[in-house]
Amino acid sequence: MALLEIRNLSVDFETTSGRFRAVDGFDLTMEPGGITAVVGESGSGKSVSFLALMGLLPWTATVTADRLMFDGTDLRQASRAQRRRIIGKDMSMIFQEPMSSLNPCFTVGFQIKEALRQHLGLDRKARQARAVELFEQVGIPAPEQRLKAFPHQLSGGMNQRVMIAMAIACKPKLLIADEPTTALDVTIQAQILELLTSLQGETGMALVLITHDMGVVAETAEQVSVQYAGQKVEQQEVRALFATPHHPYTAALLQALPERATSKHLPTIPGVVPGQFDRPAGCLFSPRCAYADDRCRAVPPPVLGPDLGLARCHYPLNTQAEEQA
Amino acid sequence: MLKFLLSRLLTFVPTFFGVTLISFAFIRVLPGDPILVMAGERGMTEERYQALQEQFGFDRPLIEQYIEYLGGVLQGNLGESFVTKRPVWDEFFSLFPATLELSICAMVFALVLGLPAGVIAAVNRGKLFDRALMSTALVGYSMPIFWWALLLIIVFSGNLGWTPVSGRISLQYFFDDVTGFMLIDSALSGQKGAFGSAVQHLILPAIVLGTIPLAVIARQTRSAMLEVLGEDYIRTARAKGLPPQRVVGLHALRNAMIPVVTVIGLSVGTLLAGAILTETIFSWPGIGKWMVDSIFRRDYPVVQGGLLLIAVMVMIVNLTVDVLYGFINPKIRKA
Repeated sequence: MALLEIRNLSVDFETTSGRFRAVDGFDLTMEPGGITAVVGESGSGKSVSFLALMGLLPWTATVTADRLMFDGTDLRQASRAQRRRIIGKDMSMIFQEPMSSLNPCFTVGFQIKEALRQHLGLDRKARQARAVELFEQVGIPAPEQRLKAFPHQLSGGMNQRVMIAMAIACKPKLLIADEPTTALDVTIQAQILELLTSLQGETGMALVLITHDMGVVAETAEQVSVQYAGQKVEQQEVRALFATPHHPYTAALLQALPERATSKHLPTIPGVVPGQFDRPAGCLFSPRCAYADDRCRAVPPPVLGPDLGLARCHYPLNTQAEEQA
Repeated sequence: MLKFLLSRLLTFVPTFFGVTLISFAFIRVLPGDPILVMAGERGMTEERYQALQEQFGFDRPLIEQYIEYLGGVLQGNLGESFVTKRPVWDEFFSLFPATLELSICAMVFALVLGLPAGVIAAVNRGKLFDRALMSTALVGYSMPIFWWALLLIIVFSGNLGWTPVSGRISLQYFFDDVTGFMLIDSALSGQKGAFGSAVQHLILPAIVLGTIPLAVIARQTRSAMLEVLGEDYIRTARAKGLPPQRVVGLHALRNAMIPVVTVIGLSVGTLLAGAILTETIFSWPGIGKWMVDSIFRRDYPVVQGGLLLIAVMVMIVNLTVDVLYGFINPKIRKA
């Protein structure tokens, strides 16, 4: 049985200028212990999809889904109290900004132990022991002293380690890391990614890595889901995706990798992700796509089969016909 | 911490001298002559007037008078009241507990209602409760204190007869001052009904005095909470699966308290100013009423000394708030 099954998840925001669809028909299936990367530009609805899964969106958001199953529980039916027993325990999340994601008024130790008390009901001594153990596990030196520190006394990288320790405190089955390295220095980024993948290996939890960094994807993920403007445009196993992207957007993202550059100037994707008011009629990527024609601009593309990476495109790239020709 | 305290205390020095100067000048700028006020309608002879002028030193240049006054202040001598001939210091401290008691009760009233109201309004932002509360707070904030007091007196003392109109306790009770706080002293006295009478006397003035701080605290709590509730760490707290009471009541409120404490500190100054009106209306024998009476009598030493002591009290409260701040906000604890 799959650990996580999301079918046709949509998120709408009620804004003063009308409804805005931030996520449009998001699908994802994860097996226990898998690593999936969700890739896309800013504004493509990556974070919102998972915040919706966690139930952390503000009340202005409307979440709908055909299926939202986690570990045998239908999250659509679950009461708030039932969901609170799941999030932070079996399903936890870390965020982009470690500095602002920790409460400045409480020591990091307090904030970790809080989760332990909430879900596991450990007594004071057991909480302290487990907190020290967790800090060691995420590579924080001198854990006893660090537990007494306030977030502003630690560096960004240390704070992200604290966040990770907090997220894995109750041995979750699924960890969602929402751009965990974006706010950090490059050298720290590598350390945090390594920590996440090694923790995943040790504990066997499933890991979702939300990122816009294709380099990160190549190093860590098994499955890759590419998001664009609230839609999933392609999903493939990581090596296949890098070798034979089927959606022009995926191809364009890969071309923009510095490692793959063939000329002095990096290729870019012109334009930005469409917002609330400039959503095209047909394919959402058509205004920025090098291959788009009138059909793309008028007719929303179908979702193709698994052999074509479930690509949402009229004219997929690297088809078998192309290869044979 | 010690360094912080010392540096704060150092800033008291210019404020202190400023207050002595302003209070000294202020009362003398007012038209009216204390000697003529003392003489009343009978008037007095020219010689007697001159003699009194000399006795109080009013015939000397102002600067000389000020230096003499300042010299006294620095030695802890605030002078004697022209009217009662008692030292200003003694009068102040015999009346101050009454004002302090009233202010504390007003503040408790404001906090007990204002904090939860602000929090509930923030959580239910834009809903009926929020709107009703915010409009009520605006009315409370803009209402003239004396008018509000009279309104309450008419309804609760006049029409309903629930509370007395003035004073601190019913005349039938008599006991010695122990603490100067009527609520405590009446309870200690063991006389039946004394405590109840003290509470009845206190309740309207405390509500009147607490109304503006209540409105300010409710509004400030609401806006601080709204800001904090949108922070990333609130999302983290919710992501831990904590119940909403804990997310709001602990994680959010603790952060929202930082600006609210500042407002509470500032309200204390307002309380003492408001006490002047409230005490006058309710004949509450505190320093507010004492100051007003002294201004009418042109009792220079009392007005000067009273203003100075009130200013010092406000400074002490502000210092306390600054220290409290460090406890609430760990970021500035080491700064």
